[in-house]
Amino acid sequence: MIGTHYVYWLLFALMMIGLYVVISHGNLLKKLIGLTLFQVGVFLFFISIGKVDGGSAPIVSDDVETYSHPLPQVLILTAIVVGVATLAVGLGLAVRIFETYGTVEEEDVLERDTTP
Amino acid sequence: MTAHLPALQVLVPLGCAPLCLLLRRFRTVTWLVFLLAALSSLACAVLLATRVDDGPLHYEMGGWPAPYGIEFVVAGFNTPVLLVVSVVAVVAAVYARRSVGDEVDDRRAPLVYTCLCLTLTGLLGLTVTGDVFNAFVFLEISSLSTYALIAMGRRRRALLASFRYLVIGTVGATFVLIGIGFAYAVTGTLNMADLADRLTDLDGNRALYAAVVFVFVGLAVKMAVFPLHAWLPAAYGEAPSAVSTFLAAASTKVAIYVFCRFAFTVFGAGLVFTTMPVGEVGLLLAALAMLVGSAAACFQRDLKYLLAWSSVAQIGYIVAGISLATAAGVSAGYLHVINHAVIKGALFGAAGLLVLRLGSARLDDLAGLGRRMPWTFAAIVVTGLGLVGVPPTAGFASKWALVSALLDAGAWPVLVAVLASSLLALVYVGRIVEAAWFRDPPADLPADQPRAPVSMVAAVWALVLLSVYFGIDASLPGGLADAAAAALLGTGGA
Repeated sequence: MIGTHYVYWLLFALMMIGLYVVISHGNLLKKLIGLTLFQVGVFLFFISIGKVDGGSAPIVSDDVETYSHPLPQVLILTAIVVGVATLAVGLGLAVRIFETYGTVEEEDVLERDTTP
Repeated sequence: MTAHLPALQVLVPLGCAPLCLLLRRFRTVTWLVFLLAALSSLACAVLLATRVDDGPLHYEMGGWPAPYGIEFVVAGFNTPVLLVVSVVAVVAAVYARRSVGDEVDDRRAPLVYTCLCLTLTGLLGLTVTGDVFNAFVFLEISSLSTYALIAMGRRRRALLASFRYLVIGTVGATFVLIGIGFAYAVTGTLNMADLADRLTDLDGNRALYAAVVFVFVGLAVKMAVFPLHAWLPAAYGEAPSAVSTFLAAASTKVAIYVFCRFAFTVFGAGLVFTTMPVGEVGLLLAALAMLVGSAAACFQRDLKYLLAWSSVAQIGYIVAGISLATAAGVSAGYLHVINHAVIKGALFGAAGLLVLRLGSARLDDLAGLGRRMPWTFAAIVVTGLGLVGVPPTAGFASKWALVSALLDAGAWPVLVAVLASSLLALVYVGRIVEAAWFRDPPADLPADQPRAPVSMVAAVWALVLLSVYFGIDASLPGGLADAAAAALLGTGGA
């Protein structure tokens, strides 16, 4: 099981590391880093689904018999764009929060709101 | 032209979004563009709703046939959602002109309309799509523009509320993506109808169970089901009033529809509700959501936060109905989707009127204003009674349907939670009434305040009257809800 499916174990470990960073860190930028790690884990998971044993890159050529499945790669291209957009909005918000509060630590932000 | 209605439903708002951005020098024009986008989606939704009686409509995007290309499907199960989203969008558009003008600075106002167009696109696309990966993309379109909209709230707290929603919302959407990945890995297809066909041969596949769990946990974040509701109160409480009116009425409802779509027409009721205990878990979480949401609403000091917590409880009612997986239960859930959208839209709109006049919606600031602002508070009381479920309001109609569905299924503990939550709703609506009518107004209240803009009052009262109408004559929403339940549970699905 582990021998043949080690990729999935690695990728889910990567996702969980990302998710743990999101939950455990109060720094907004570190949260975004964790979020990106988590998403990248999912992207790799999709791409590894599409890998065919002995398959070549899905570019049509006379020398190649087996191709890897191209569709997951195309899907992930879209998902990467979504991920980049999310990261951009997240960083934009972090910048606004820094400009407004002078900090990107979640606890400090909350403290500054309760003591006006 | 009419053959392309399912595509136009989504493409017109999508095209209007960059138009708003290009015309950002002319603030009124950008508002008009959003209003036109909303009106066109309403026209499409009405036309589509009249056509689905003869059976579901399938639209092949770009002419690519169904299992390979992306398919849009319009059937009994999504026309009610299309109508709710587009009606609320029109009302929010009428409401937004003065509300956004007051709460958002002039430079950003065109961006609000751009993001509203994109949110509308995402929500409508999520509703009509028949492709699971396309659903993920539309989910992210609506979510990303929602984060930006919430961040434009008038207080600085809006920024952190938006950031927190971004983090938890993205985790939720990524969970949905993992689930889609599992489903794709075991079937090799992304088309919803095709998935449903191929999944029937896969009984007992563990990757499939994982797919169900990931998709539903991810959607639960977007639906704000207890205990994944933490983002909702701050997000709705801090967003600009026009935005919270639109989102509170439309966005969680679409996520609930997507849950139904996945549960009944992709994974199948047999797998989801018989093999896996999604129904039991849903009923448990729904009961907890009703109690926690209503109880938390009783302790809020800000009217918008109070309404947002009440939404958490009301989503519990809807989830309870759907989790029963009976025709009566799903129909009650849909009925409450419609009624709650109308009621909560009106209430958030009324809260926005208070923000416009008073600069805040804190309950303490409302003291004694019942006589100063009779129309606004009358709207709050009429729709507030709908939240409690007093006859003959719309809330009563859907709660009655839910209670009889729960009785049929013998779900007594949930029934107790519904009744307890209704009593708590009486308490929190009572607190607003108490503040507005039974407290003395502050002595330094200026005698002549500016009058509330007619457009905003008209938008709020349109929803109030609609909710009263749905309470007296529930045949229209009831018929839509029954058709939706029949399409989901029967063979007339996708």
